Amino acid sequence: MAKVKAKERPQKKKQTLGMKILTVLFTVISVFYVAPVFIVFMNSFKTNAGISAGPFEFPTAETFVGFQSYISGMFYGNYPFWKTIVCSFFITVGGVALILVCTSMCAWYIQRSNTIVCKIIYYFCIFSMVVPFQMVMFTLSKTADTLSLNTPWGILIIYLGFGAGLAVFMFSGFVKSIPIEIEEAADVDGAGPMRTFFGIVLPIMKPTFISVAILETMWIWNDYLLPYLILDKTYRTIPIHIQYLNGSYGHTDTTAIMALIVLSIVPIVIFYFACQKYIIEGVVAGAVKG
Amino acid sequence: MFGKGAASLPFLVKKERQMIMFKKRARKIYSLIFVLPTLAAFIIGFVYPFFNGIYLSFCKFKTTSNATFVGFDNYIQAFQNEGFLRSFWFTALFVVVSVILINLIAFFVAYVLTLGIRGSNVFRTIFFMPNLVGGIILGYIWQLIFNGILQNFGSNIELDATYGFWGLVILMCWQQAGYMMIIYIAGFQSVPADLYEAARIDGAGKKQVLTSVTLPMMMPSITICTFLTLTNSFKLFDQNLALTNGAPGVVSSSGTMVYQTEMMALNIYKTFYANQNSRGVGQAEGVIFFVLVVVIALAQLYFTRRKEVQQ
Repeated sequence: MAKVKAKERPQKKKQTLGMKILTVLFTVISVFYVAPVFIVFMNSFKTNAGISAGPFEFPTAETFVGFQSYISGMFYGNYPFWKTIVCSFFITVGGVALILVCTSMCAWYIQRSNTIVCKIIYYFCIFSMVVPFQMVMFTLSKTADTLSLNTPWGILIIYLGFGAGLAVFMFSGFVKSIPIEIEEAADVDGAGPMRTFFGIVLPIMKPTFISVAILETMWIWNDYLLPYLILDKTYRTIPIHIQYLNGSYGHTDTTAIMALIVLSIVPIVIFYFACQKYIIEGVVAGAVKG
Repeated sequence: MFGKGAASLPFLVKKERQMIMFKKRARKIYSLIFVLPTLAAFIIGFVYPFFNGIYLSFCKFKTTSNATFVGFDNYIQAFQNEGFLRSFWFTALFVVVSVILINLIAFFVAYVLTLGIRGSNVFRTIFFMPNLVGGIILGYIWQLIFNGILQNFGSNIELDATYGFWGLVILMCWQQAGYMMIIYIAGFQSVPADLYEAARIDGAGKKQVLTSVTLPMMMPSITICTFLTLTNSFKLFDQNLALTNGAPGVVSSSGTMVYQTEMMALNIYKTFYANQNSRGVGQAEGVIFFVLVVVIALAQLYFTRRKEVQQ
């Protein structure tokens, strides 16, 4: 509540001349800010010749191809684009759901039964957040191969392991602030640990759930190197697919790639406008804990 | 930290209370249910690869099964690898420039947006948006833009390292400034209004308010943002791969190809996967990279945390 008030208060201020100038200035900057995305959008309707002649020009009668590029992009690179969307979507949703359920339980247990082992796990989780992926990429992909975790189902486990650091850290930070009396009351009333967790602790943790979900979604959806190294080559997420199309030598169908870039941005933009409030709160919560 | 007698009693009581949910008898079963899934995945996904990686950095290997121990050989070779050294300096310069630029821009934008100008929420929405787009896609978007501009001068982003460097800086500013802005805005909003009032009554000017009230109160946000930008810039991979992929490559005096715009993460990746014989060196470089990130992150946290004021 306090936050909302703080946001509303300055709105009522009278707009001085300086503030009006700033509004104009920021409008101009905003236009430049969205320009790159808009230019890609514009180019997705042009011919290849039109793009290489002038990427910043509006499509003219001879360079305009309509939705042609979207149609040719669908199966460009001999790989159906809808498959990459399904794959990305499955991995993101599955990975985030698995991380949320498992790490919240783990964090609660770690925080409430303060044994040495639990403390070691906790500090290792924090430590894992700083380690760059390049340090473990080879051994991780080999481990995943030997355990045959190189399918979209298996990679969920890798994501749980690699994303556990941030999630456990954020959840335990929140569990610390929950008064233990609530759980004691549940215990007196005869609820076991399972019931206490799912009936009482979980609902209280809802804000942290949303924050963790947002941060992990942003990470997994856009992740390139981890799925590229771990997934079997028959599965492609969106970033992997885009990289394949650009990295392949020889003639590249630029306009089809532009169309695919537009198509891969659309779900994110919808997601963003649908839960913008939560995303921004999630980012702030993640930063304050970090 | 505490005197032994004074601390032990309340500590015990607290511990006993925390145990209430997990009475000794049942604890084993519940630890299985609650901790095991995460722990098992964590060991598979992080702990084992991490230690195995450290071990392999002292080995010569092509796959994990045929590793032979060679001691510090890989590390010596890593420090003699021109491409790796070049990527280190390139990364260092990039980190310094981008951390400073991103934080200055984000701080300024957040300051303006908390003044209460019209359309603040719209601007905030727009500035944050690039963060949701993945690094690979961002790289290709900007490649199109830069090449579109540079083709008027008969050039290309892959032809000149200077273009590649500033291209990466612009890309990172464009992407990260919005994220940091969100954190700074939250920081500005958490400064209590009575502090400003007190400063005004004491006759502080605008500049003085900024340096003696706003900046000290904003130190926690500054710590977080420098930490995030520092580690993000250091570990940058996707954007680098998509935008220039290290090009241009220049043949050095000793005859090896040195890629001019390769950052450390990309260089390690290429050492690993481009040449099977240099995997041990690649792993050693990975360990060096890891140590570097940890040391720099800890140093940064230490120095900025010291400047924070206790509330």
